[in-house]
Amino acid sequence: MAARKAKAGEAPHPSAPTVAKLRMRYAKRGRARFSSHRDIARTMEWTLRRAGVPVALSHGFSPHPKLSWIGAAPTGAASEAEYLEIGVTEDLDPAAVAREVDAVLPDGLAVIEVVRAGPGALADRIDASHWDIETPGVGDEQLAPAVAAFLAAGEVTVERLTKNGPRPLDVRASVAELGLTLTRTGEPDGADREDRARAATCGRLTAVVRHTTPAARPDDVCGALRAVAGLEFPEPARATRRAQGRLDERGELIDPFAADRAAPTA
Amino acid sequence: MVDSVFEQLEPLLPRVRKPVQYVGGERNAGTKPWDSVPVHWALCYPDAYEVGLPNQGLMILYEVLNERPDALAERTYAVWPDLAALMREHGVPQFTVDGHRPVGAFDVLGVSFATELGYTNLLSILDLAGVPLHAAERDTSHPLVLAGGHAAFNPEPIADFVDLVALGDGEEVVGEITDVVKAAKAEGLGRRQVLERLAGVPGVYVPGLYEVSYGADGAIAAVTPTSDAAPPRVHKRTTSDLDDWPYPKAPLVPMAETVHERMSVEIFRGCTRGCRFCQAGMITRPVRERSPQGVGEMVEQGLKASGYDEVGLLSLSSADHSGIGEIAKGLADRYEGTGTGLSLPSTRVDAFNVTLAEELTRGGRRSGLTFAPEGGSERLRRVINKMVSEEELIATVSTAYEHGWRQVKLYFMCGLPTETDEDVLQIASMAHEVIRAGRKAAGRGDIRTTVSIGAFVPKPHTPFQWAGQAAPEVVDGRLRKLREAINSDRSLGRNIGLRYHDGQPSLVEGLLSRGDRRVGRIIERAWRDGQQFDGWSEHFSYERWMAAAEAVLPVDQGVDVAWFTTRDRDSHEVLPWDHLDSGLDRGWLWDDWQDALASQEQDDCRWTPCFDCGVCPTMGTEIQMAPPGRPSLPITPVGHRTSTPVRNPAFAADPGA
Repeated sequence: MAARKAKAGEAPHPSAPTVAKLRMRYAKRGRARFSSHRDIARTMEWTLRRAGVPVALSHGFSPHPKLSWIGAAPTGAASEAEYLEIGVTEDLDPAAVAREVDAVLPDGLAVIEVVRAGPGALADRIDASHWDIETPGVGDEQLAPAVAAFLAAGEVTVERLTKNGPRPLDVRASVAELGLTLTRTGEPDGADREDRARAATCGRLTAVVRHTTPAARPDDVCGALRAVAGLEFPEPARATRRAQGRLDERGELIDPFAADRAAPTA
Repeated sequence: MVDSVFEQLEPLLPRVRKPVQYVGGERNAGTKPWDSVPVHWALCYPDAYEVGLPNQGLMILYEVLNERPDALAERTYAVWPDLAALMREHGVPQFTVDGHRPVGAFDVLGVSFATELGYTNLLSILDLAGVPLHAAERDTSHPLVLAGGHAAFNPEPIADFVDLVALGDGEEVVGEITDVVKAAKAEGLGRRQVLERLAGVPGVYVPGLYEVSYGADGAIAAVTPTSDAAPPRVHKRTTSDLDDWPYPKAPLVPMAETVHERMSVEIFRGCTRGCRFCQAGMITRPVRERSPQGVGEMVEQGLKASGYDEVGLLSLSSADHSGIGEIAKGLADRYEGTGTGLSLPSTRVDAFNVTLAEELTRGGRRSGLTFAPEGGSERLRRVINKMVSEEELIATVSTAYEHGWRQVKLYFMCGLPTETDEDVLQIASMAHEVIRAGRKAAGRGDIRTTVSIGAFVPKPHTPFQWAGQAAPEVVDGRLRKLREAINSDRSLGRNIGLRYHDGQPSLVEGLLSRGDRRVGRIIERAWRDGQQFDGWSEHFSYERWMAAAEAVLPVDQGVDVAWFTTRDRDSHEVLPWDHLDSGLDRGWLWDDWQDALASQEQDDCRWTPCFDCGVCPTMGTEIQMAPPGRPSLPITPVGHRTSTPVRNPAFAADPGA
């Protein structure tokens, strides 16, 4: 490698150039749901180093790895659909990256898929999330009328603490869809009957929420049910993000990697 | 079988600050099935997770113990008040973060005290664990509570709360304790019998097997063993040949944010600079260096296992390693262009330090550079045996500014023995001169210096163990005058930052450092009144400590807080830790104290003949320097200019490339 002389005001060892971008979908499960976005970002940087993924570095005197994050799930929420874009200095096999990174992630974090980035920005392909919300201590029977009241309302405002202090947030406007998870299934079989018994003490909601600013979180959905129907939650709700994507006309989420998988490989 | 309490804990976590610190699951952590081993250790750092997790001592013992087929070790840390209140409400006991097992179920609870400020947290931890606070009230169903770490060199203030104390290096003694506990469990020994057997392990002190009597003057009359099993003096342990102990091999990588986010390699243990204020330098003698080869291997393995992007080369004065130049160059060559930062703590004030720092920051990260003159005047620096002249300091910082550093930090102490206002005010003129010289050297006006000052606390096993501590008012007064003096010249003062803490917490630290068993009652009283997390200013209450002391000390006999702290001791007073042997000869310490008062310096025995501090002959140890001229680091510059030093063959499409 020929030594390149650094110019004044330039870091002495610039990064090798970014030759490809990889996009990663990963999950945050179990105990890892208690980590914040900062925790995950730090962990992922160290994990990529452990795995030996040649991530490109930014320029300047304090270079940092080229990672871009898309809308992280809040602290306390689990997720099966978190997204990250990684600039790399070699053209790597995405499946090998998925395997090698997954092998050295801490418990609770898992790689689901890695693709080579196709044309277009990942952020443009994501404008909504699909959440499952479990409500310990509040059964489906209590949830049902609250959900109906929420859907019937034109506006349901909760107070949300932001960096600039408390701010009203219209949760109704953000929620594209809200229902009881179990009502979606047909005739109950054996396992389903067990689910329904559990649902008497711990309800389950399915919600599709648009990414507004500030974003309505699963907590806000519960807050909205409290506001609209006086529902009290004795224990914190447990939320899991099932998917992210762009909401189409039929109310379905389009997988953000669909376009990348379809793109011709280099 | 001992079950995890995680299911009871989990619903509480969304209700507390930073819940991730309680869930464990760190990279390189692990659990073993409970019934697969006979001996169970809970290792505790008695402060918040963010402080305790990076602790090297705990990480080393965690690995050493878990490598044994007959033991498991899990970790536990202090729980913040928000979660502690919920745990009490819901009956969840103090737990380990590895298996979330109740701490009360373990055989040994080993607590590492880097400082005395963890004592109140020990009581919180015992209480939350359901373990009786007093060792005398425990039975075989309770863990053996073991204290270790530097503060354990005077464990008398916590003597009533611990069953065992381990003096000195822990690597070997934890294995010997494990052997005894294993045998004791197999034989079904009672608590007293176990303790007596453990008293026979070298380095282990069992406070409950000694009686302390006091004289009419309030001082200790005698410390007497009450069992034949208890030796009159307990000698510290010393781990020889660091290359045989390359721990931690796989540093723990937490999800939660912590105070030191880097991997550390201890490049040597011990220090013989002889700074008279420094307890660590006195109790960890002699110097034992890790070889450059050993350092290189640990860095390589640690980076691979952890993924950390910063490596700290640790010791009490890292620039003093005899092979440091070679180590620094080797690592800088090897990790150039891999997004890996290198750093070393150093207290030296000389040009070599700048050269080293330059080597280590080749990659570009050039933040502040730190020097520690410790004392403001040359006279005071002779008293503390930290010899550096003002000219040397100015020359050194000029070199640093000249080589691109914009910020230099200077560390000092206030309240040192024999100190006057004048000594402290000289810090101001020194700082002014640093800015003047620095502007000239850098050729620009925007350079800065930060003066950081801590209040001095006299510590056991140092020449200053006899010294009266400066009262908080004295320290605060001098610091106020110093601030005025620094700002007396606005044009220089505006480039000088001043960082200091007030003197009150240091007085409490002094009380706990040099206290005897009577101080234990103060700790318990203060804790019952709500005191804990003493290292955190928002939790520390000087008034609470003073009220507790007044309530329980025999002040009518003249034994009050001042008696323990600001009083000068004479040579024949029995000190609470005299029966605990750090290897230092008491007569030598006293002579060194007299030399200090006469402003006489002492050399470093690594480079000059032995001055008979007593450690090597008493302990059967010797100075271990890394052999020179040995082939050193595996130098293969990685140089692929990405974010990682790790080459994963799975990604090598073309291995020849």
